[in-house]
Amino acid sequence: MRGMKIYEARRARDKFAMVLYCGAAVLGIVWLLFILFALVRSGVGGLSLTVFTQNTPPPGSAGGLLNAIVGSLIMTAVGVAIGAPIGLLAGTYLAEYGRGSVLASTVRFINDILLSAPSIVIGLFVYEIMVAPMGHFSGISGAIALAIIVIPVVLRTTEDMLLLVPGALREAGTALGMTRALVINKVAYRAAKAGLVTGMLLAVARVSGETAPLLFTALNNQFFDANLNEPMPSLPVVIYQFALSPYKDWQKLAWAGALLITFAVLALSIFARVLGSRKAAQ
Amino acid sequence: MWEGHYALLQDHDVQSNVREHKSEQTALADPALKIGQMAYAGSSRRAQVLRAFKLRDHIFHGVTFTAAVGVLIILGGVIVSLVQGSMPAIRTFGFGFLAAKTWNPVTGHFGALPAIYGTLVTSIVAIIIAVPIGLGIAVFLTELCPQALKRPVGIAVELLAGIPSIIYGIWGLFVFAPFLQQYVQPYLISLFGPVPGLSALFAGPPYGIGFLTSGFILAIMVLPYIASISRDVFETVPPVLKEAAYGVGCTTSEVVGKVVLPYARVGVIGGIMLALGRALGETMAVTFVIGNSHNISASLFAPGTTISASIANEFTEATSSLYTASLIELGLILFVITFIVLAAARLMLMRIERKAQV
Repeated sequence: MRGMKIYEARRARDKFAMVLYCGAAVLGIVWLLFILFALVRSGVGGLSLTVFTQNTPPPGSAGGLLNAIVGSLIMTAVGVAIGAPIGLLAGTYLAEYGRGSVLASTVRFINDILLSAPSIVIGLFVYEIMVAPMGHFSGISGAIALAIIVIPVVLRTTEDMLLLVPGALREAGTALGMTRALVINKVAYRAAKAGLVTGMLLAVARVSGETAPLLFTALNNQFFDANLNEPMPSLPVVIYQFALSPYKDWQKLAWAGALLITFAVLALSIFARVLGSRKAAQ
Repeated sequence: MWEGHYALLQDHDVQSNVREHKSEQTALADPALKIGQMAYAGSSRRAQVLRAFKLRDHIFHGVTFTAAVGVLIILGGVIVSLVQGSMPAIRTFGFGFLAAKTWNPVTGHFGALPAIYGTLVTSIVAIIIAVPIGLGIAVFLTELCPQALKRPVGIAVELLAGIPSIIYGIWGLFVFAPFLQQYVQPYLISLFGPVPGLSALFAGPPYGIGFLTSGFILAIMVLPYIASISRDVFETVPPVLKEAAYGVGCTTSEVVGKVVLPYARVGVIGGIMLALGRALGETMAVTFVIGNSHNISASLFAPGTTISASIANEFTEATSSLYTASLIELGLILFVITFIVLAAARLMLMRIERKAQV
């Protein structure tokens, strides 16, 4: 009799725990939907053609986000163009040359920390090395700040992807008399291509939403200006400024911008994941 | 083989080489003959080509090596430049900066304590909320979830990690804070108000913004890290251990509590530390909802500030060099704290990886 009671109590406790586990999963999904729903509800009203054709307005007049969108695109492109090759080469060193070496494991360790380091500190760093010496805010320092965030992301995925390439492929290349550099360039990179592209896409997704490192490097700019030596607007910084302003039409634009950036980033990361997982499945 | 050498002689670039080699394959009736003709002039060119290959190999090695060392240089550069930038503040305030409570730009007195306090409190609140939920999701994904649901749920949770932090900020300020203010905070006040000890934590008028709201938002942001790392760690638990537990009649929750969690403990703690590192340094989401006032209050409903929010808010407005230097020193403190936390997290995760490989 007593045994049955204990058994039933255990069963009941198990049921209760199951409910909690499922509840946690539901909660996670509900939160995501909650955020997306709020974004769509508040953002769609602000979306119109003028968002893409006009510059950010002074308070009280109509306008769009053109200069901010273009600024974001330019800085992201320049940042990835600078950061991705460095990350790619460093990741290559870790996976191809430095296996098991002390330097490689140190770099890997430091890189993992930089991967999660506060991005605002990167902003301060670039302010110290670029903005302060130059004497003014500029788009290029914003791009450099983004590049420093790109490097650890690309390094990590590059190393992981190159380690997945079977050693036999490299040995085959070496047996044909190819030098190490040739084996890496002609064999390893090609075998890992999809994975490497995934890493870059994830890096783009990561930096295109970054705000903190741009606040005091690229600053902001009310006007359309592709000059990297001038302060440059970006979508996240404009959202920050407009959302915290007391003006209703600025807040509306901020929501529209938030909607744009979220869906761009989510689409990119889903695309990257699909690309990555298709490769992994092969 | 001779064809290969012939092609090698023709061009320095292997790629165009291979192409050429293919197109000439039909044209060359007797490659050996040609090689014979070329042999005299070729031997020195061949050596030249091989030298070029070797040189390029060295250069490529050097470039990748430089890039790898570059990562270390970035870290060194961050530390050096932050120390240099905060020198005026360090000279003026010394270690007192860490313990001083005043933050007054007008009189030029700066102390880091309120910002450090806010950073720690919001992060701790975030971890307290996120850990049970994150672990729950991880258990759900590894032990309970039907195969068909695994990917969608996993992706949904990871998308939470992909949403830029500024979005959490704007959502937190306009949607979540009013919600908390209206429904959750009054309830918490009535629930904990009469409880001695806890009543101080939940005292004061519900502003909507403050430590608690920031903690909640941070919890949502770090949830995916805890969930996905715990899931990965749970998957390293040898199935045979779980099967043995089921075999002696354990229920699923007992297997989770007595086999999976103890086995994965170090990794889970590593994941939590990683999430803590993220929460400590998170800027934009917190800046929107923390309230930005340099005060220390026992109540979680009170507005406060964090290190990163102070920097984001005040840096471009800092008028004196001492003000700027104090903010940079705050950044340095933040970097040191997160560095220690993240390093500890990595060391723990490395331990579980090694365990999984054995």
